[in-house]
Amino acid sequence: MRSARSIRRVRHYALLPLFLALCACNSVVLDPAGDVARQQRDLLIHSTVLMLFIIVPVMALTVLFAWRYRHANKKARYEPDWHHSTRLELVIWAAPLLIIICLGALTWLGTHLLDPYRPLDRIAPGKPVPHETRPLEVNVIALDWKWLFIYPEYGLATVNELAVPVNRPISMRITASSVMNSLYIPHLAGQVYAMAGMETRLHGVLNEPGVSQGFSANYSGAGFSGMRFTFRGLSDAEFAQWVQNAHDGELTRERYLELAKPSENEPVRHFTRVDSTLYQAVLNRCVEPGTMCMDHMMAHETMGHGTK
Amino acid sequence: MTRMLTAAEVEAVAFHDLHEHEHAAGGSTMLGFWIYLMSDCLIFAVLFAMYGVLGASYAGGPTPKELFDLNLVAVNTSMLLLSSITYGFAMLEARRHRVAAAQVWLAITGLFGLAFLGIELFEFHHLILEGAGPQRSAFLSSFFALVGTHGLHVSVGIIWLATLMVQVGKHGVVPANYRRLNCLSLFWHFLDVVWIGVFTIVYLLSTLR
Amino acid sequence: MSTVFGKLSFDALPFHEPILVATFVAVAIGGLAVFAAVTRYRLWGYLWREWFTSIDHKKIGIMYTVLGLVMLLRGFADAIMMRLQQAMAFNGSEGYLPAHHYDQVFTAHGVIMIFFVAMPLVTGLMNYVVPLQIGARDVAFPFLNNFSLWMTVSGALLVMTSLFVGEFARTGWLAYPPLSELQFSPDVGVDYYIWSLQIAGVGTLLSGVNLLATIIKMRAPGMTLMKMPVFTWTALCTNVLIVASFPVLTAVLALLSLDRYVGTNFFTNELGGNPMMYVNLIWIWGHPEVYILILPAFGIFSEVASTFSGKRLFGYSSMVYATVVITILSYLVWLHHFFTMGSGASVNSFFGITTMIISIPTGAKIFNWLFTMYRGRIRFELPMMWTVAFMLTFVIGGMTGVLLAVPPADFVLHNSLFLVAHFHNVIIGGVLFGLFAGINYWFPKAFGFRLDPFWGKVSFWFWVVGFWFAFAPLYVLGLMGVTRRLRYFDDPSLQIWFVIAAFGAVLIALGIGAFLVQVYVTIRRRKALADPTGDPWEGRTLEWSTSSPPPEYNFAFTPIIHDSDAWWDMKQRGYRRPTSGFKPILMPRNTGAGFILAALSTVLGFALIWHIWWLAASSVVALLVVAIHHTFNYEREFRISAEHVRTVEAAR
Repeated sequence: MRSARSIRRVRHYALLPLFLALCACNSVVLDPAGDVARQQRDLLIHSTVLMLFIIVPVMALTVLFAWRYRHANKKARYEPDWHHSTRLELVIWAAPLLIIICLGALTWLGTHLLDPYRPLDRIAPGKPVPHETRPLEVNVIALDWKWLFIYPEYGLATVNELAVPVNRPISMRITASSVMNSLYIPHLAGQVYAMAGMETRLHGVLNEPGVSQGFSANYSGAGFSGMRFTFRGLSDAEFAQWVQNAHDGELTRERYLELAKPSENEPVRHFTRVDSTLYQAVLNRCVEPGTMCMDHMMAHETMGHGTK
Repeated sequence: MTRMLTAAEVEAVAFHDLHEHEHAAGGSTMLGFWIYLMSDCLIFAVLFAMYGVLGASYAGGPTPKELFDLNLVAVNTSMLLLSSITYGFAMLEARRHRVAAAQVWLAITGLFGLAFLGIELFEFHHLILEGAGPQRSAFLSSFFALVGTHGLHVSVGIIWLATLMVQVGKHGVVPANYRRLNCLSLFWHFLDVVWIGVFTIVYLLSTLR
Repeated sequence: MSTVFGKLSFDALPFHEPILVATFVAVAIGGLAVFAAVTRYRLWGYLWREWFTSIDHKKIGIMYTVLGLVMLLRGFADAIMMRLQQAMAFNGSEGYLPAHHYDQVFTAHGVIMIFFVAMPLVTGLMNYVVPLQIGARDVAFPFLNNFSLWMTVSGALLVMTSLFVGEFARTGWLAYPPLSELQFSPDVGVDYYIWSLQIAGVGTLLSGVNLLATIIKMRAPGMTLMKMPVFTWTALCTNVLIVASFPVLTAVLALLSLDRYVGTNFFTNELGGNPMMYVNLIWIWGHPEVYILILPAFGIFSEVASTFSGKRLFGYSSMVYATVVITILSYLVWLHHFFTMGSGASVNSFFGITTMIISIPTGAKIFNWLFTMYRGRIRFELPMMWTVAFMLTFVIGGMTGVLLAVPPADFVLHNSLFLVAHFHNVIIGGVLFGLFAGINYWFPKAFGFRLDPFWGKVSFWFWVVGFWFAFAPLYVLGLMGVTRRLRYFDDPSLQIWFVIAAFGAVLIALGIGAFLVQVYVTIRRRKALADPTGDPWEGRTLEWSTSSPPPEYNFAFTPIIHDSDAWWDMKQRGYRRPTSGFKPILMPRNTGAGFILAALSTVLGFALIWHIWWLAASSVVALLVVAIHHTFNYEREFRISAEHVRTVEAAR
């Protein structure tokens, strides 16, 4: 539609200086490769433009009034007792209120549509998710100070590398082994916290192939700065190839416990097999032999059994 | 623009209180104490909130039904409620400047308070011996924090009570001491109200859960 | 681990850390020099009698301000260290600060700036100004005021001690569990954090009670609420926020300390604990806290804009309502600090929208300041310069704040350098600029001479330009996806932005240096800068009716108020100061009890941190004994004779 296109153009011109400043560098937040991240970016830009409607006039008036009514300028009118105007007050309160109503509506809609827990209904604008598509399931565990990714569908696991096929919806379940982290892959979607004993969800889809990074966005201790992982967007064929490429053996519970010990800057590893109950055990904090799983504990309690 | 007043008008408009009376000291004490008390109430609110969230996290350990002896808690509660009544009697006597009578009621209040604390410490000791100490589960942590904080406040109240008894004995019910008795009164009754909340939410509702 | 020394041993001293050894030597030399000078000029008695034991709100206000400015130097040193590290740590280099230090530096930077710079400066100004503005002679509880000051100093001392004895927390300024639990932070750092904040928190809470009671009960006759100066209104709302939020901080830190000391399970991963509760509770305190910082600054801007435009404040009622609305709303937004914790879309939207709603009254205030300037005659003295700088800087920070309040936008910007830029934008552009405006505005009232304008302007330009150089790059970096609290980087294209930010920090350092020069030059030139009238700025509120500095009793006669902008009203109506008929004035006595109690609290804090149980127990007992002993003192007031008042008033 012509009006929508011209609006988009105006928006781009308005932000031209910013874009220029950023074109020398990769501003991933403003130019991501995933549909969810792009919608989040759009919301960011729309909100900024809405607010500039107030901010720019305010800043201009500040400079104007400061200059015009400076003491040396005797030509300006001086009304020392003028301190009230109902009409002006109405404008002063109404204008921001209107902007906030618009922003509030955008917020309500955007927050529900872009809820990380919400499964995707489209791969890109105008391209809904085909019926038969099974999302790529990835279970994510934040360790000290590396990331473990488990692909239950393929029975494989990786450390510090997450590969996904392009244009296939991704459905992640996220937990942590110890302290709070935050899973953030800027090209894909917004972040979500990774917490021990809890599961958070993240849905996204990558629309372009390429290599980029993900990392933790919540400080978690001494090795935090090295807690990055490679994020690969691959074609279906390349992805199938990548799945076959595992060569680091099986991720058993013992190996997991070894891996969970604090370490920094871990190299990428691809495990050929992974204990299928591992993720649930990590989530319920019963990987160590002899510990009781949290879900069992709670089931016990609801049945009225306590144990001393 | 307000026009300049004539000399006569300036005389008439008073800008200073030339006949100011000296303020009695302590005019803001009650208000200040109320504000402090409400801030203390907020601390209890946080502890109640913690109990609300964590009160069912037994971690496979003992539950309220298994632990709480409601009969003992009933005795405890009556000690505290009675102590509020006797404090009220103490205040009535103080207002009538009957120092000796007030002291007697204060002493009885203190004894009820000590009884409350004694029973509570006995309960805590028993729980810890049974392996149901504050470290056992989040439920028990929040129980001990809430009930323990209340007990700590009662202890401070008793120390304050004893101090006031000495001061009233020394100076009588002078305005300063009357103010202090009023503040302690607020404090003591406030602890009573908090206990009613504790009794209901922690002991009664948890056991009925 | 020993019975006598607890966990304390020689290992706690940083003999193997050259930077710390050098710092200690510098501090020791500086400290000894001050000690020697005070002894040489025989000032100990004077300091103790006239300042440390003073219950005069004016002196207490000045001491708070001195504390805040000293701690600004420490907090800023941390900032420079961070900027340097981040500018260097590229291309395989991990910079000069290992994680053990860097993580303490950024934690200490945040804690010090919020709790020991901003809070004391704000409290100091409110303490100094509010009783004068309402026509009172002191605050409602003068002894408690002194005690609050020393408890804040005690907290600051503990934080400073952590630099040389043991270490500080490595958790970020809010110490989220599970990272702050014993399992992941086994050393004393988090304990230093907990106890310094608990002790200082007691001081702040009591200060809140004090100022609240003062404003409610001690206004001069005729000063109804809607005739109060706007700064007093913002102080009222600020102290409501303090009383209604600091207890939450006390409770949540106490629960964390129970987890660490007793082994409870409030915020652990095991046995039913819930770290998310900590996040909720700490921010239920944390959000009102930032309004505690900004509201007084808003009050300062209202006073300054009105005075230096030579005009009544535009929309007084609307300013008051806006302040009250902001106060109430500040309790309904806390979740916007953790949209990414997975609360669900409806909860996130609710808090996002409430956060946006706060921008409406805030915007109204900006407009009201604008229309105060409109058709005024603006004198660009330093306070007004700071005000205009605030209006241009703060609105950007406010805008980025509303941006962050949109949950999906927050998902990509949470914890990034964009967030860091936002909050520094509003805290520096709002709170700090306001404090500098206030300090320049009320300095002549406090000391009898103005601050040197030239060096003030030098400081101003370095600060304003430095701020933008330091933080605009951080907005860019945030949009490039860079997260906060990183120690080293692997993308070389980021480095230029960090170098620019470091340059900005250097400019700010020069601004701080210029401020120190300003103070020095001011003292040297104090005769030329003198304020003989008590009203150097054509002021409008009651504090300008007193001499500069005011006498200890503030007002020889309690004023009677007829209109808002009371002093302006008095001047317009040809008021004359009475020169006879003085009466004796009842004033509270000085006391050393507050200092002693706070000193004992410092010992208690140190003992708890190092698990020196016998010392902790003795400190508790000593505290009880001293406190109870103090209550046996019934002779707390003395009279200033009418003769003395007459002499002082005649000398004006």
